[in-house]
Amino acid sequence: MTAIDEGVLKLDPEEARRVRQERLERIGRWVLPLAIMILAIWLWDRICVWNEIPQYILPRPGVVLWTLYNDAGLLFSALLVTLRITFLSLALAVIGGVGLAVLFAQSKWVEMSFFPFAIVLQVTPIVAIFPLINIYVDNQTTKLLLCAWIVAFFPILSNTTLGLNSVDRNLRDMFKLNGATRWQQLRYLRLPAAMPYFLGGLKIAGGLSLIGAVVAEFVAGATGQSSGLASRIIEAGYRLNAPRLFAALFLISLTGILIFLVLSLISHLILRRWHESALKQER
Amino acid sequence: MMQENVAQAPASASDVAPTLLALRGVGKVFSNGVTALSDVDLTIREGDFLSLLGPSGCGKSTALRLIAGLSTPTSGVLDWRGGGSLDRSNIGFVFQEPTLLPWASVFDNVWLPLRLKGVSRAKAAPAVTQMLARVHLTGFEDAVPRELSGGMKMRVSIARAMVTKPRVLLMDEPFAALDEITRFKLNNDLLELWQDERFTVVFVTHSVFESVFLSNRVVVMAARPGRVFDELAIEAAYPRDEAFRTSPDYAALCRQASDVLVKAINSTAGAHHDGH
Repeated sequence: MTAIDEGVLKLDPEEARRVRQERLERIGRWVLPLAIMILAIWLWDRICVWNEIPQYILPRPGVVLWTLYNDAGLLFSALLVTLRITFLSLALAVIGGVGLAVLFAQSKWVEMSFFPFAIVLQVTPIVAIFPLINIYVDNQTTKLLLCAWIVAFFPILSNTTLGLNSVDRNLRDMFKLNGATRWQQLRYLRLPAAMPYFLGGLKIAGGLSLIGAVVAEFVAGATGQSSGLASRIIEAGYRLNAPRLFAALFLISLTGILIFLVLSLISHLILRRWHESALKQER
Repeated sequence: MMQENVAQAPASASDVAPTLLALRGVGKVFSNGVTALSDVDLTIREGDFLSLLGPSGCGKSTALRLIAGLSTPTSGVLDWRGGGSLDRSNIGFVFQEPTLLPWASVFDNVWLPLRLKGVSRAKAAPAVTQMLARVHLTGFEDAVPRELSGGMKMRVSIARAMVTKPRVLLMDEPFAALDEITRFKLNNDLLELWQDERFTVVFVTHSVFESVFLSNRVVVMAARPGRVFDELAIEAAYPRDEAFRTSPDYAALCRQASDVLVKAINSTAGAHHDGH
């Protein structure tokens, strides 16, 4: 899908319209969301000015940006703490999710027996479990990790299990015919086949592990000692320091977006040669 | 794949190639009560190009799966001569779809059977390269399946089945999904390969023309229950080329096979409620 030079190639009106349409769409994909975003920020600023809203209720966007710059030391060190929990829990979610999925894939009986436990863990709100974790676990980092892990591991487990079980039947027969061992079948057939599913789960889990980390900090922050972004937000809330609250919020969303983009890129790079989802639309 | 070693049958006539596999009274009933195969007697000789021809539901694919050891018969025996049961590495299988690993390159797909036997990439390279040359895919080693046409994917599938130099190649309607021009080309290339290497082929198809063009024996099967209806010897000489495809001999043989097939299909209508 390279740009078509209309000067060289004579296009009929229909094709020319299609080329124009495609070009417009390409530009619009970036320009439109950006324009709406800028408009929304401008409107936010105007609403503050028009209604003379005090800064401790709703700060103007410029003030938020200024605070982000001014409090950078404080906010970014807090972000680092949150990021550490996020990535550690994501890593553990990958290990736990894939590990359990591989275990489930060994036998339908294992899967049938243990999958309900995973679902119970998943559907119980983490905020409700946290007081228990607080009683049983002493170490602060472990508490937060456990929390974020419980939130993040399920999509990986569920997706990878689905992937491991959706191998083409003929391919399975082919492996059997060639005398493949269980391990060979897992390594050369089922794991690669599950890759797109796993990566889909990873994209969801990336965002969830951040949410898990922040929520865990919130709950833990209420009981005292935590230094992540969430505790900065709580602190700022107590002090009616709305600009800092907004700045911290902005950092969290930005982090979430970055995590999603990075994971999408990884997924694209791994799948681009063979999986339908990563292929360009061909007509 | 455990077979009973049945006592040696009397020696066959001297002008006939030695028996490779004898199916004796083989039947297969699925758990849902469907009789896929009933009392099949079939002798496959060394070097045969044998087609199983029949309408859908005649059990030809089931017969192939039984021979491959992917399924076990309900009754009867499969008697592998040449030393009891054949090792699975002596069987190559080509499915109806190319059935390639979508994430692996052409080279890695063909390497796979050797890889599963513990042969390293470097050690397997000569065999893989040679096999790819045999199916006219030199230069496509690094392509992934989605970059290939349907015919090329099928060539990769054949190369993969043949890379272990099996004595028997089992093919389950391998060219059914291809366009006619590609199918003719693959027919020719398969025959060339078969004549050079002299392995045994069991070829499942529902095409009269394909079975007559390729085989020296056409076994016509009938449905409900799946069974062998009749057998035709195709005595035209090899090599068979495009000239043979348009010859009156070929047309006559096709008509003969077609007549038998029609009889086989009609026999099903009559045998519909006879309690099998």
